[in-house]
Formats: sequence, structure tokens, C-alpha cells
Amino acid sequence: MSGGVDELQAIADRVVAMAQPGEHVEAFVSRDAETDVRIYEGEVEHFVAAQTEGVGIRVIRDGRTGFAYAGVLDESAVAEVLAEARDNVQFGTPDEWAGLAEFDGVDVIEQELWSDALADYSTDRKIELAKELERLTLATDPRIRVDDANYADVASESAVATTTGIRRTGRENGCYVVVSTMADDADETQTGFGFSVGRSPDEFDLAKAAQEASDRATRLLGATKPKTKRTTVVLDPYITASFLGVISSTLNGESVAKGRSLFKDRLGEGVANSIVTLVDDPTNPKAYTATELDGEGLAARRNVLIDGGVLQQFVHSSYSARRVGTRSTGNAIRGGFKGTPGVGCLALQLLPGTRDQQALIADIDDGVLVQSVSGLHSGVNAISGDFSVGASGLQITKGQVAGPIREFTIASTLQRMLHDVVEIGNDVDWLPMRAAGVSLVIRDVTLSGA
Amino acid sequence: MSVQDVVEPDLLERVLGAAMRTGGEFAEVFIEDKRSTMAGLDDGRIEQVTSGRDRGAGIRVIKGDTTGFAHTADLSEAGLRAAAEAAAAAASQGTGGANVVALTRQPEHRVSPVERYNDEVSKTEKVALLQRIDDAARSSGAAIVQVSAGYGDARKRIMIANTHGLLATDEQVRQNVRISVVANGDAGMQTGFQSAGHTFGFEMFDKIDVEELARDAARQALVKLTARPAPSGTMPVVIKRGSGGVLFHEACGHGLEADLIAKGGSVFRGKTGELVASPLVTLVDDGTMSGEWGAIGIDDEGHPSQYNVLIEDGVLTDYMWDYLRARKEGREQSGNGRRQSYMHLPMVRMTNTFVLDGNEDPDDILRNTEHGVFIAQLGGGQVNTATGDFVFGMTEAYLIEDGEITEPLRDGNLLGNGPQVLRDIDLLGNDFAMGNPGTCGKDGQGVPVGDGQPTLRVKALTIGGTAA
Repeated sequence: MSGGVDELQAIADRVVAMAQPGEHVEAFVSRDAETDVRIYEGEVEHFVAAQTEGVGIRVIRDGRTGFAYAGVLDESAVAEVLAEARDNVQFGTPDEWAGLAEFDGVDVIEQELWSDALADYSTDRKIELAKELERLTLATDPRIRVDDANYADVASESAVATTTGIRRTGRENGCYVVVSTMADDADETQTGFGFSVGRSPDEFDLAKAAQEASDRATRLLGATKPKTKRTTVVLDPYITASFLGVISSTLNGESVAKGRSLFKDRLGEGVANSIVTLVDDPTNPKAYTATELDGEGLAARRNVLIDGGVLQQFVHSSYSARRVGTRSTGNAIRGGFKGTPGVGCLALQLLPGTRDQQALIADIDDGVLVQSVSGLHSGVNAISGDFSVGASGLQITKGQVAGPIREFTIASTLQRMLHDVVEIGNDVDWLPMRAAGVSLVIRDVTLSGA
Repeated sequence: MSVQDVVEPDLLERVLGAAMRTGGEFAEVFIEDKRSTMAGLDDGRIEQVTSGRDRGAGIRVIKGDTTGFAHTADLSEAGLRAAAEAAAAAASQGTGGANVVALTRQPEHRVSPVERYNDEVSKTEKVALLQRIDDAARSSGAAIVQVSAGYGDARKRIMIANTHGLLATDEQVRQNVRISVVANGDAGMQTGFQSAGHTFGFEMFDKIDVEELARDAARQALVKLTARPAPSGTMPVVIKRGSGGVLFHEACGHGLEADLIAKGGSVFRGKTGELVASPLVTLVDDGTMSGEWGAIGIDDEGHPSQYNVLIEDGVLTDYMWDYLRARKEGREQSGNGRRQSYMHLPMVRMTNTFVLDGNEDPDDILRNTEHGVFIAQLGGGQVNTATGDFVFGMTEAYLIEDGEITEPLRDGNLLGNGPQVLRDIDLLGNDFAMGNPGTCGKDGQGVPVGDGQPTLRVKALTIGGTAA
């Protein structure tokens, strides 16, 4: 990428220098470079090389906020964006809590977010990685077909500056490979996927990704639809990570401030079984989403949200914190230059237990090992707490996993599920998500099937 | 200002020539210039008005089975040439020599007339819609504790040129409103949601009463305060007109996309000419449906939008096609090559997908259903096209007891299998309606789509509730 973070910081600085008296201005400038390779039947199906850049400017005056962005960085475009943001201010409703973040004395914990090895990696070797993944996957099982095998990487640079004195730059890169599979047996087809992520391709485990993609598809061949019943479920680490993603929206300080969280009046109360301790810690270098800064430029930090089942705190940006009379927890999240920061968990983790998944299963007389879910966003209402997802997995009978099952839903409420957590495994898996995976046993959910 | 003025055709001819220099078989330039406005109201305040500008070009070069793609926000000759060379290098390593391209401008194909362009409407007028929504929702009942509403619009001009000599332009105008309401009762909080969106101009708000829409979202949240847990198990389901088209979009539409068919990733592969649905079912994808959310004059490869019959009287008639898949099969495209923006490759996508009317009186459908679930609004969903398995959120549903709608149900997912549902439709109403505007996600890209259907009954779907 040309220019580097200094050029981006200079653009952000110039915008902030144009602030008029009585005006607060924040400029966020970013530039991403991406590579995306897709392999199908040993050939490159597509190769995408792309660079994206842009600026987002927030202006606050008399408690009113305006925002504008553009996907270009030339000087006239930046000036136009500032003018648009300024024009938009007049339409905002005055909000006594509106404002930008200010440095809060918390120092940044440095992370290794940039890999020169990835930056120097050749295009040919990227293509070869995806081809190798396809070959390895096909070799796992004669019933396996590969839908596509992909390599992708992204390198991002960004800078933020504000009239409140925040001035920070960030740079990170990362890459992943992912393969989609289909397994055929007679008239039946099932699908799977496998992936591997890394700061550089040296960290990939292609064989593991291939085997997982194969297993995910073949394990469901011959699956039956189970009978409707109440049962105990063991969530695979990947599913637990998705479940934590849903829980995180109930711990969002902005939702709390606006009366939209089902835990809004519950600080200090028991909201989960006492074995549940939930931490948001983007300073843990093992977390895929480890970061030095939040979306407003404050230092990322470790926050204990649920401690021994008791709700300790919510996550906040500077805005939501001001509304409820507390301090930012460094949890502003920015999706890019096209929007202003929201609030969210950055890197959730359940404190692990002591036993592996096999030991957890051994205690269950009748249950289900849930290996995939669908409809997490359509069937879960984080405001009412209703939880219902499509699922597939393996039957658990007398402490052993048995035949595959599919076409059923599991349902409960978020409130109940947190109390119904029976045990947490020791198999922490740092997945490419905002939450780490770990096996989780939850009792008394409704399985709806035939 | 129009796209034609941003990049001159003779420059496009030179850029296409450069894109073919390494021996490509096909090259295409897609140029987009979009201005958008978003306004959000939450917690009684207009939180923010956002103005957006997205402008750039995506260039693809095809050689054999390989597509090279690059995009740039730099629309100068140097910027476009650099992107063309990057795409060419990505597609092939060979040399092909100079390639002369002569472009022929295609006639415009506008399907949605626009009276008031949204970029010529004052922001004051746009923000006022949100205030009216907030007032109307909050005055619907004391139990309404929170309202959020969003307004969004875009005026997008696109221009496509390719080495077959095509030069096509279109202007796409959209605006929508989204309303979310929270009600609080003894048994906790409940939510309501409504939305509306069209490809007409801002005059759509002369016909759509946003206050009515807001009251409907509020009504939904209030009704659910007394909802009981949804049942669990498999039972008949009646889906209200205009609220279940998304089910057909997900459960069978995606499986009829030619790119999935080609890779064997669809249960509908090799089924053309076969009975795949109840003979009651005729399924159409129609990009020309004036004013609807998925309407487009041309697709993002420059092909005019079309009315495509996918299933007729239960028989599979055709799939949907983009340039790449049609080229492989040596057939015509169907106007379904779409992309999210200039930063994305086009692929096969739906436009407005719907089931045509049947003959039943919708009241008779209910009367003939002794026990089951009535769905008044479906939320989002997800489908596995290779298996046909899908799930959908029920965001407004009721029990049917003795042929009558009785108690409201709490939210949950319903689950089924696409091909099975098509066969299991046993009653089809005569009250067709289009549904809420949608955004269809595929391979990381979102595009606006519409859907619709008359009231209908599916013999058996699995309801994912917690009640016995």
C-alpha cells in the first residue's frame, strides 16, 4: 500500500484542523488492500486484487451530530465530506450526552498485529495454498466434492483524529483459507466447510481444515429427524462462540441505556449459573480479534462482564457510558469509514472448565451434541430473550455419541439457558469470531422435530 | 449529471483494449456513482443524518474458466488503465496483443418511473418522516417503551461496457423506511417491526402512510406481550399474503441460480421439465416489476431485466442466468447478473421473486385448517441450497384452533426443506401481495430484492417453539 499510516494521519489531522469554534470534529481515515483467490477443479476461478480507501467525518455542535463519508481520499472529496457532515448537524436532535471520546489514562497494551511475512507473500504461493487445500480436501474421502477452495488476505491501515486530542494510527493484516464441501451418498447430499486463519500463511494448518470440511459434510450423511422432546445439549466450541455472540448484544451498554436489554436492571444480580464467568478481553494475544484500540481510539482493555454468575458490568463506548454515568470500557466498535462507532464486545471468552468434550458427553444419558446451527439471527430475539435455532448434530445415548440427526430446532430463552448451563469444557478454541469457542452443556432445552 | 459524463465512451474503449492485452477472451468495465442519505431516529432523537458518496469502477477479464477482477475509486484514464492491467494480469499470464473495441450504446430500459429524485428532496422532509413515525408508534399504547426508525435512500447511476461492444446505462433510485418498536409488559419485552421500500422516487411517501406503518409495528409488539410460547413439532402452517415470499426466495429461489446448479450445489439440478412442486405453484422472478424493491432497468452486466417464469404449474421451466453461466451453456442471459457495488464481481441473483395467485378464498384456507400456526410476518431466514433445508424466524404468528386464529405466539424459528415445501403447498389463495423490501445475501454480497405470495397453506412444517 502506498503512503502508509502517516499519510492517513495527515489527512485526519487536516480535517480536525478545519474545525470551527464550538464544533467537535472526528476524522477516521482508512485504506484496505485485499486479495481473494478462488480455486475450482484445480484452476483459478477468480482472482481479485482490490484496494479500498475512504474517510468518515463526524461533526458535533450544540449536542447535534452529523456524519458523512466518501470512498475516495482526494483533497476536494475530503472537503466535500466535511461540508456534508456539517450540513447534517442541523437535522440532529440535541443530545446532552453527544460527544467524542477523551483520553482516559488507560495505556495501550501492544499487540503484534502486522506480519511482514504475509505482506511479502507472493501471489503464486497464495494461489498454490488454495490449490493445495482443494487437493487435500478431495483426498480425505471419495464421497467428497469441493464447491470451492479460497485464499483471502486483507491489510488495513487507519488513522483517527479528534478535536478532543485523540490521535492514533493502527495497522494490521491477516489471512485465511476456507474450503466448502459436499458429500454425496446415493440421492443424499450434505455440506460442510473447513478453514484456517493466521497472521501469516505460515500459521495455516491446511490438513486440519481439509479434514474438518470433510467431516462436517460426511458426518451428516444418513441423518434422521429426531422426535420432539426436552433434552440436554452439548454445544460444539464453534456453536458456543456463536451463542456468546448473541449473549453479547444483551450486555451492550447502549442497549441498556435505551432500555432495550433484557438485563438492563440486573447489575449485581445472578443472571447465570455460578460456574459462568464471562470476560471480554481484546488484550489477550490469542484472541482472533485482539486489538490495541477501540473504535474511538481508546485503549482496548480486559473487562469481566459476568463473574461467578453475577452480572458485573456492561460494555460501553464513551457515549453510552456518559448516558448511564460511568466510564467507557473501551468497547466502541467501528465497521469502517462509512459509519460512526457503535458498542459491542470485542473478544469474549467463557472461563473454561476442567474436562474435555468426551468427558462431558460421558455423563449424559440422553442428549444431543449440536455441531451446526442455522437461523441465529432470525430465530433469536435478544430483546425478549426467545431463542430458537435450526440444528444438526449427533445423538447422545448412555454417555456415547450415536447416529447423526438433522432437521430439528432447539429452543429455550437466553435467560433460562444461562442458568441451565451445567458444565463448561476445557477445550478453548480461538476461532475467527468475536468470541472464543468452548464446549458447553445446557440442560432442559426443547428439541422440536418429527 | 449522468454517468456518461463521468467516463467518456472512447476512454472505455481504450480501457477495454488494455484489459484484453494479455489474451483475455472477455473484458468488462462497470462504473458506479452513488449518492446516499441515511437518517436514524432512536430513543426519541434524530441521532444522526449521514451522507454517503461511493464512486468507482470494477473491471473483470475472463480467460478460459478464470476471472480476474480489480476495482478502483480513481476514474481517471490512469486509474482505469491500472485496474484494467491488474485484472488482466490476474486472469492470465499470456500475451494477446492489441484488441480493438467499438461500443454501441444500448437503449435505456427504465422500469420504475421517478417523479421526485431523492437527492433533490430536502433533508428536513426526510427527517420529518422519522418524527411522524416516532409519534405514531409511541401514541399506540403506554406499553410502547422504545422506538427506532431509519430512513435510507440512494440514487445510483451505473454504466457497463464490454468487449462485445455493449455500452449500457441505468439509473437506480431507492428509498426505504424501517421501524422497530419495543413494548414492555409483565412477561418482559416484545418487539415489532415494519418496513417499506420502493424504486419509485420520494413520491412513494404520498402513497405509503408511514404513520400507519408505525402503528402496525407497535400493534405487533403489543400483541406479543400476551403471547404464549410457540408450539414444538410438525404441523400445518398458513402464511398470510405478502409475508412469506421470502420463504420461496430462500427455499427454492437460490436453488434455481445457474451458478449453484453448475457446481452441483442445488437440489434442483437436472430437474428442468420435471414436476418439482404442487401443480398449484407458479414461481416467477421479475426484475421489471415497476417500483418494487428488486426492480432494475438493466442488471449489473448491462442485460435488460426480464420476467422469468421459473416454475409453471409445478413444473421446473428454467433457472436464472448471468453472463458467465449463460456463456458456458451457450444460451441467453436472463437479466439476473447482479453485484453489490463496483467492488464486487457479478453473480446470479434474484430480483423480485413471487408465487402467482391460486383460486382459494383466504378465509376458506383458515376455515379448512383445524389446527396449526398462522404466520402474519416472517423474519429473516437461511437455506442450505445443496440440501434444501431452511429455517425462518416467525416474528408475528398465531395459533389456529378449529379453523380460527386464536392466541399470539412468541418468536421462534420454523424449519423445513425447500423441495418438500413446494410439494406440500395444498391450498393457494387468490389475494396476492408483495412483501417487505429485503436484502439478499450471497457469498458476502447484499443486493435489494422483493418477494410476494398469496395466502397459502403448507401441509407440514416444523415449528421450533418450547411448548408441547
